[in-house]
Amino acid sequence: MNPIIHVNEKDNVVTCLRPLSKGESVEIEGRTITANADIPVFHKMAIEPIEPGGVCYKYGEVIGDATEAIGIGDHVHLHNIESTRGRGDKQL
Amino acid sequence: MKIQAYRRANGRFGIRNHLLVMPTSVCATATAERIAALVPGAVSIPNQHGCCQIDSDLSLTQKTIVGFGKNANVGAVLVVGLGCDGIQASAAAAEVAETGKPVQHIVIQECGGTLKAIAKGAELAAPMARELSMQKREECDISELIMGLECGGSDPTSGLASNPTIGYASTKLVDNGGSSILSETTEVIGAEHLLAARFDDPVQREKFLSLVKAVEDRAISLGEDLRSGQPTPGNKVGGLSTIEEKSLGCMYKAGTSPFTGALDYAEGVPEAHGLYFMDTPGQDIDSITGMVAGGAQLVIFSTGRGTPTGSPIAPVIKITGNPETYEKMPDNIDINAGRIIAGGATVPQIGEELFDMMVEVCNGGMPKAESLGHHEFGIYKLTGTF
Repeated sequence: MNPIIHVNEKDNVVTCLRPLSKGESVEIEGRTITANADIPVFHKMAIEPIEPGGVCYKYGEVIGDATEAIGIGDHVHLHNIESTRGRGDKQL
Repeated sequence: MKIQAYRRANGRFGIRNHLLVMPTSVCATATAERIAALVPGAVSIPNQHGCCQIDSDLSLTQKTIVGFGKNANVGAVLVVGLGCDGIQASAAAAEVAETGKPVQHIVIQECGGTLKAIAKGAELAAPMARELSMQKREECDISELIMGLECGGSDPTSGLASNPTIGYASTKLVDNGGSSILSETTEVIGAEHLLAARFDDPVQREKFLSLVKAVEDRAISLGEDLRSGQPTPGNKVGGLSTIEEKSLGCMYKAGTSPFTGALDYAEGVPEAHGLYFMDTPGQDIDSITGMVAGGAQLVIFSTGRGTPTGSPIAPVIKITGNPETYEKMPDNIDINAGRIIAGGATVPQIGEELFDMMVEVCNGGMPKAESLGHHEFGIYKLTGTF
């Protein structure tokens, strides 16, 4: 079984279908990506670099903004992306 | 496509034949529960509202409980009121009676207290239950089925496997002339542009978009961070990072049918069949309650983390896309869509399996939530209690 699923070609993150260990390499569409951290099952890994404030795509759609620089192979989750919607805390 | 169900006076059909003992307010709930416990075949609903509510919430409570009374899975109704509560038992009974089903009502203060009300209620309910027990299932067309679509305890497998499977079954039902309801407005935030494009009627499309905007604006106006409630802690542990990601996975439940219309919470599904959106919160119990009040006779519920939820009057079929959850919660989960992720099965394969189970449940077979007696009930609140 392929350990990752890349839902849409526009997506800069993939979903891991089993846990990945730090340093483990996986193949995706002819490229080799190495996990920079232990990534739990069904969590996301970046396959493109994303600038701080840059957009994360899954299903070919926006799922949030990067809060810091994200590198290829990074675990993408609460520590480095955030929702942009329904944010009363961001109102002046 | 035909199923065996209970024909009602107004032409609708029920896949269950419940006698509903319906409390109009929290003050009548304990009495209603005890009447239902005395009469085999009767069910009650734990209404926690209906008193000291202001207009918007009071009318929502009335619409919800009356919707339960009107639901085609209910064959007869005994309404129980306290007397001084916000919703008068006689008014609620009159609304339910519009369906043509047998309806009676009692008022606790007029009966002379709890014990006399229980005795009077059981005296009225027992013959109604006996009458319902004699009714036979008849051949009905599945086009009269209204199905509620729900997901809860989501993880990324919900968007990848179980929700697309529900979408397959929903599209097949709509293709066969039936109706489905997508709900949970909070969990549409971030996916509304994709769903809006599927409304043919511009008025209904605008209503749908305004419902989503109203929920987001409410979170903003409270000055709170929506992230404190969505995704939930379990969603996050499972791998969902943002409400947008959750919503984009949730919407797969709607399959590929065009949308016929957008409904308010607990609003009755119109005679026109097809796929509807209903304005409900992301909280599963309140959401299912709204759809059942709107007429859903059956609910399909996908879960990644595992959840036991049922409904007092509508069977709830559980499906998971997470193979580990299927292994861990065999008591609760009916269908294993985890085989799509772990076993190479396809969405149409598991979708057909789900559709077969839907037909079986319509014909009287119990899904696990129903066999375990799960009958959760909750009414969406817009304001507060005054």
